[in-house]
Parts: sequence; C-alpha cells; structure tokens
Amino acid sequence: MKLYQGKCIIPGIAIGPVYMIQQQNREISRNTVENPEKEIQRFLKAKSAAVKQLEMLYNKTRLKIGEKEALIFQSHQMIIEDLDFINKVVNMISSDKVDAEYAVTVVGKEFAEIFGQMDDEYIRARAVDVIDASQSIVSVLRGFNITDLHIEKPVIIVAEDLAPSEVVRFDKHKILAFVTKKGSANSHTAILARMINVPFIIVDGIQLNPEINNKQAIVDGHTGEFILEPDTGKIQIYKAKQEEERKKIASLAKLKGADTVTKSGKKIKLYANIGGPDDLDMVLANDAEGIGLFRSEFLYLGRNDYPSEEEQYQAFKEVISKMKGKKTIIRTLDIGSDKQASYFDLPREANPAMGFRAIRICLQKVDIFKTQLRAIYRAAVYGNTAVMFPMITSIDEIRKIKEIIKEVKEELKNKKANFGEAELGIMIETPAAVMISDELAKEVDFFSIGTNDLVQYTLAVDRQNQSLEHYYNHNHKAVMRMIKMTIDNAHDAGIWCGICGEMAADLEMTEELIRLGVDELSVSPAFILPLREKIINID
Amino acid sequence: MKSFRYVIQDELGIHARPAALLVKTAAQYLSTITLDNGVKQVDAKKMISVMAMAVKHGQELTITADGKDEEEAIIALESFFRNNL
Repeated sequence: MKLYQGKCIIPGIAIGPVYMIQQQNREISRNTVENPEKEIQRFLKAKSAAVKQLEMLYNKTRLKIGEKEALIFQSHQMIIEDLDFINKVVNMISSDKVDAEYAVTVVGKEFAEIFGQMDDEYIRARAVDVIDASQSIVSVLRGFNITDLHIEKPVIIVAEDLAPSEVVRFDKHKILAFVTKKGSANSHTAILARMINVPFIIVDGIQLNPEINNKQAIVDGHTGEFILEPDTGKIQIYKAKQEEERKKIASLAKLKGADTVTKSGKKIKLYANIGGPDDLDMVLANDAEGIGLFRSEFLYLGRNDYPSEEEQYQAFKEVISKMKGKKTIIRTLDIGSDKQASYFDLPREANPAMGFRAIRICLQKVDIFKTQLRAIYRAAVYGNTAVMFPMITSIDEIRKIKEIIKEVKEELKNKKANFGEAELGIMIETPAAVMISDELAKEVDFFSIGTNDLVQYTLAVDRQNQSLEHYYNHNHKAVMRMIKMTIDNAHDAGIWCGICGEMAADLEMTEELIRLGVDELSVSPAFILPLREKIINID
Repeated sequence: MKSFRYVIQDELGIHARPAALLVKTAAQYLSTITLDNGVKQVDAKKMISVMAMAVKHGQELTITADGKDEEEAIIALESFFRNNL
C-alpha cells in the first residue's frame, strides 16, 4: 500500500484499477537518424508487433463483446499491413533519414488526408481509423503495448495532464476518476470531470511508471488522497464511504420535481451545462429546468475535420427535442485558447487566452459560423431554443452577428428549409462587456456571465497556470462588482441575467449571487439537486 | 481473366469493416484482383486503396481476377459480395 497526498479538485470516491495514459499521443518531432537501414528494421519490427497486438485485441474483443465490435481492430491491422503504407514509410525513412515515429506519423496523416477530402461523410470520418492505426505503430516504437491502451472495464485514469481532445475520446461510462500530475482546478479536465461527475485529484508526487497500470487504487476526492494497492481494511473503509455518498445522493433525489424558489419566494431558473447529447441522461436524471450552456465546441473536438451542418443539426435536434419545451441555450463555437482542434490550423500564439478564439474566429471564418447557425436554426423547430455568443467585447460584434443571422435565415428560406426562432444572448466574460453592459443589454434577450474567463481577465490571472492558483479567487471584490454591474444593467433594460461559470456551482456563493439578483444559474448536471437544496433554504 | 459485376446493396457502401473482410478474402488468392468503379481501378488486396475508393450504396463495380487461381477467386468473391455488400 502506498499513499500519495494530492489536491482535491472534484469530490467523490472511486475504487478501481489504474489506467495510465502515457505520452504516446503527444507531439512527434522530426529526428534525423544516422543509419536509415537500421531505422527501417526498427519500423518493420514495430509494425509486426503492432499487428500481433491488434490481433490479440481483435480476438479478445470478439470473445468478450462480439465480432462486429472487434472488426475495427482488424481494419487497423490491415491498414498498417497495407503495402502502399509500408512502402511509403520505408521510402521516407531512407530518403529523408528521419526516425520511424516521425515517418509513420507523417505517412498516416497523408493517407488520412486523402480520406478527409472525400465528399462522402462516412469515408471522411474513417480518416481517424488511419491515424489511430498508424498511432499503434508509434506506441510500439515508444515501448508501449497497445492492448493496455484499450479500456475495457471502468478505470481510474492516471496521466501527466490531459488535453480536452484526449478526454473526449474516452468512453465516459468507463471512467471512475481522474488523477493527474499537472493541471489545475480550472482546467478543462476539471470541467469535464465535473460534467461526468467523477472525482478528480492532482497529485504532484505520483510516479508515472507503467508498472502501476492495472493495480488497484482508491481516489478520495474529498481529501485529495491517492492510495495505490490499498489493503483490504482500507478498501472496506472506502466502500463504506462510497455507500454513504450514495445515500446522500438518494436523499437529494426527493428534490426532483420541486420548484427552485427561495423562502422569500424568488424563483431561480436552475439549468444544466452540457457538452453534447451524451450528457442528456444526466440532465434529465437530475431534473434540470433547462440547458443553460450547451458547449457546442465539443462537437468539434477529438476529430480530424469540421463537423458538417447535418451532424450538428442532429446533435442540436436531439438535445432540443428531448428537453421537451424546456429551454436549450446553445453557445456557439468557443474554440482557441486551451481548446484546440488541429484542423482549424490556428497559428501558435504567445497569449492564446487573449488571442484568436471564440467569436473572433467565427466572425472571420464566416463559413464555419454560418454552418453552425444553420444547424441551430433548423433544429430550433423542435423546441425552446436560444443561442448565445462567447467572448463579446463590443456592440459592433453583436451587430455583425445579427447581420450574419439574417443572411443565414435568408439562405434557409431560399433553400425552402424548415427553421425556427431562437432567443439571442451573449456571454459576459470580458471586463469590456461588463463596462458596456448597459448598451449591450439593449441589443439582446439575455446575458449569461461566464465567470471562469471573467475572473481570469478581471484579475489578470491565467487560469491554466498552476502556480497562480491562489490568485484565482472568484469571490474577489472586483469580480463581485463586475457581476453586480452586469445584473443591474440587464434588469434596467428588462432582460434576464444568468451565470454559467464554475462559480454558479459554488454553494458558498449562492446566497450572495441571489442577493445580487441573478435570475438563472447553470451548473453541471450533478450539481443541480445540491444547488436546489441550497436555494430553497435561503431566505 | 475472370470478372463479374455487382451493384452495392449495403447502405453504407464498402466502409471500413467490410473493406477489411474483402481485403482478407482477396488476399487468400494468388491472382491479381482489381475493383473498377468506372473511374479508377484499385488493387483489392490493399486496404487503404479499397477504403479510399469510397464505394457507395448503389454503385456498380467490376471485380476482376487474373492469375492461376482466378476461377476459385471469382467464385469466392462473388459469394462474399452477395453475403456482405
């Protein structure tokens, strides 16, 4: 038994096997090799090993799950055995004198690009298969066994740090907890962990040794403890704690269907934050009164090309119609900064949080924006829809957006497509937007304060920077004044104002936010019932 | 040289999974086996080429086998297409 003391980010208890994510997905750099002949042999050996491992995965999956599910591993196996693929890699190593990792990655990308250019959506999506298949060789070259990388049963994910694009690839039902060596409470891993309601701790001192893979462990998200190979006594104690938590959750369940009203009769709209249709079960199970933040960028992450209008339309339609008349607020694409998708080809920036991101991308790459808006307005037919725009700093942006929406509707009309109406709102997440919120309020139907960015910009604290965490204080007086000013200006103009940042879920802040006059709080589904309990006990 | 024509019935066309099965079937024979969709020809033993051909539902293919065991190959491929695509 070994105990590591970490920092708790998201509470909860998990008991299960460790699944360590190694750095095999990380960036590949071009390295020159002295002896290309030797490198080619290294590649061929790794390829054969990868083929064998994929075959093992195929057999294992076929027996455990079924032939249909297993065939994907056979496809991967055949992709890396393809003579065109092998020849191209071999030629590249010998002519460019580069290392095998680099050659395999580049050739994989080249073949994936051929697929990516097809007009058939299904084939386009297969580009991922080619990338995944070539990655399996890279994994072997780096000394890993692919069969270990495939998650079969629920696990505790342990990693150096996780990028949002990596997190979205996991099957959410198979994650018991996250443990990372680096990261912060405000990172996207934290947001995702909160969304799927699993504990998350950061443990500086953990040794990322492949040997810990599959070992039993306990994550205590209340104390920040990570216990590797616990003895049976510890397991007993934690099983009891888990049971206690389960009971607490069950007692909250009786608040389902209750109104969210303070003792003095103020009604608060209690909405949920989601990343996609997958989160709907949690939303409905926790009795959210609407969706206050649909982070549409998750439809763009973890893939190799832009999602089509149709794909987005299907996702929006599913959410809107399943909400059955309850409001669904879709936030348009908020990519850039810490959420990156390679196919956007965004330039590297010295200061991405203040860079080319969110609405700034949409107003420049209007085609991408229009595709998304078409999908939203078409889906709006199925229920109560609202759309809101991130990172607003000026009136001019809103006018441009409205102009584009007009064009989109015109285009839909010309195509005789069926479309609906949507309320228009903006995120208030820059100090600039707060300062001109009186004018902005006249242009839109509602405000939603994004506290994560608002805190970062107001306090000039990078929220990804671990060493600044103690500066990131969301109840700083300056932030509270920003919030008050926004709410007051919204109410003066006769519109409503909500909060969708992490602050909304901080039960210590609830009373203060309600005192300031907030109309809506949007939180991860798991926080809905605890927050309702809090609100109905406020005067 | 032997050949036959076939119109793809599968809704998704020749996607990754049937492509793998097709390549596996073709690889069992010594003959050169090609798929022709009227635009281009690909080697049916090469997975990436077969997938990249992006054969869709309703398209007609000509499947050709050329070599010592072309007779057996064509019989096997015909039954493969009927059963899987």
